[in-house]
Amino acid sequence: MSQEIEFQYKEILKEYTKKQTEQNLYVGQNFSRQLILENIAPEEVISMHKAAIQELYGELPDVVWHSFDFLIEMMINYGLALQERQSLLKQQEELKVEMDLAANVQETLLKTKLPILEGLDIGLLSIPARKMNGDYIYFVSDHDGYAGVAVADVIGKGLPAALCMSMIKFGMDSLNSSHALPKDVLGVINRIVEKSVDDSMFVSMFYSNYDAKQARLTYGSAGHEPAILYRAKDKEFSELFAKGLLLGVSPVAVYEEHTVDLEKGDLVIMMTDGVTEGRNDEGFIEREVIYELIERKKKEPAQTIVQYVYDELERMQSAQFQDDFTLVIYKKV
Amino acid sequence: MSDQSSVEILTEWDIVAARQLGRNVAKELGFGTVDQARITTAISELARNIYLYAGKGRIEIQQLTENGMKGILIIAADSGPGIPDIRKVMEDGFTTSGGLGAGLPGVKRLMDDFKIETILGEGTDIRATKWLR
Repeated sequence: MSQEIEFQYKEILKEYTKKQTEQNLYVGQNFSRQLILENIAPEEVISMHKAAIQELYGELPDVVWHSFDFLIEMMINYGLALQERQSLLKQQEELKVEMDLAANVQETLLKTKLPILEGLDIGLLSIPARKMNGDYIYFVSDHDGYAGVAVADVIGKGLPAALCMSMIKFGMDSLNSSHALPKDVLGVINRIVEKSVDDSMFVSMFYSNYDAKQARLTYGSAGHEPAILYRAKDKEFSELFAKGLLLGVSPVAVYEEHTVDLEKGDLVIMMTDGVTEGRNDEGFIEREVIYELIERKKKEPAQTIVQYVYDELERMQSAQFQDDFTLVIYKKV
Repeated sequence: MSDQSSVEILTEWDIVAARQLGRNVAKELGFGTVDQARITTAISELARNIYLYAGKGRIEIQQLTENGMKGILIIAADSGPGIPDIRKVMEDGFTTSGGLGAGLPGVKRLMDDFKIETILGEGTDIRATKWLR
């Protein structure tokens, strides 16, 4: 410890012992910040205090000096706790840097190109609750009038979910055909997940294939949030159900597949439970609320609707999304 | 050049004897009150580890003179079970979170130099040095 600090401490202490004002205490408190910045341990502060008292008021009963020695002994573990905290903070900082890098890698992995299809307007938004996204969205298109889209949600959040998700990505890449049928895609990904993922990790997935020429959507689901269909003609919402187990539960799971033909102005809304399971102070946000939001903007481009739903839900939840949020809207034009 | 003396650790009271020995040597060498407290805390921690995990062992205190510098060397030796995962016990937060005290990372921080050798089923030998400044 530098003599300069010892000297300053002595001076500040002297002022205070002369006059017990708030001002003098405030000076002392500010000085303690400097001590922490310079990594001065609590036991050293007491030792410094003892030396200062000795210089200022030499003759005091022995019991006073003994009490300082005792206090020094008491402070050693506090000093260690402080050092440990500093080293843990440094480690935390390093972890944060690593997480940021991982998030960048994930972002690159997640990159998907919106397909361009005759008569179809597509809007997409995917926002993670934490650094890493546990939602997965991937488009497959061959510029031949077909496009597939997978919307998946790894049960769990953060790093483990992101790792699991990169595996799904490679599974999807291996299929890589915009013609592939939902029941086949789900079957293949199910076997991959079942084989390679921890038993405690499950994935839900909605897969749909769109044929632009016939405006026909074929879809299947592995325990995923049902998609929503809005019929412009009837001004009505309905759910697109398809039976199927979560991915990774059983290697022999089979998946249903249904079709629906879209007409002008119809909307198909595919999402993860981060959209439907939002909460506000009164509890879960009802599905009807989402219908209402979409209804209000149904005439707008798909991307505008998606953004509006997100903004409104964010507002209702006071900007505190609990879960990853992924929303895709197909609009037949 | 070194002078040595040691304390057998069998009961909790032997921890106190080891501290006393360490303090006497530290004082004699000219360590100040704060460093004396650090050295005895390190001895406490090492002796307690022997008492708790090995059952018995020995704390040895040596005076060191090297390149004109004076220092104190603590040797903690036991023939206990050894430490299966040194990296883990040297991690921050591993022992302290359980309220077990400073732990080995604490000893390392209290002293200038720290070496540990352990063989499963044969025992552990820890050497920690502090130099007089």
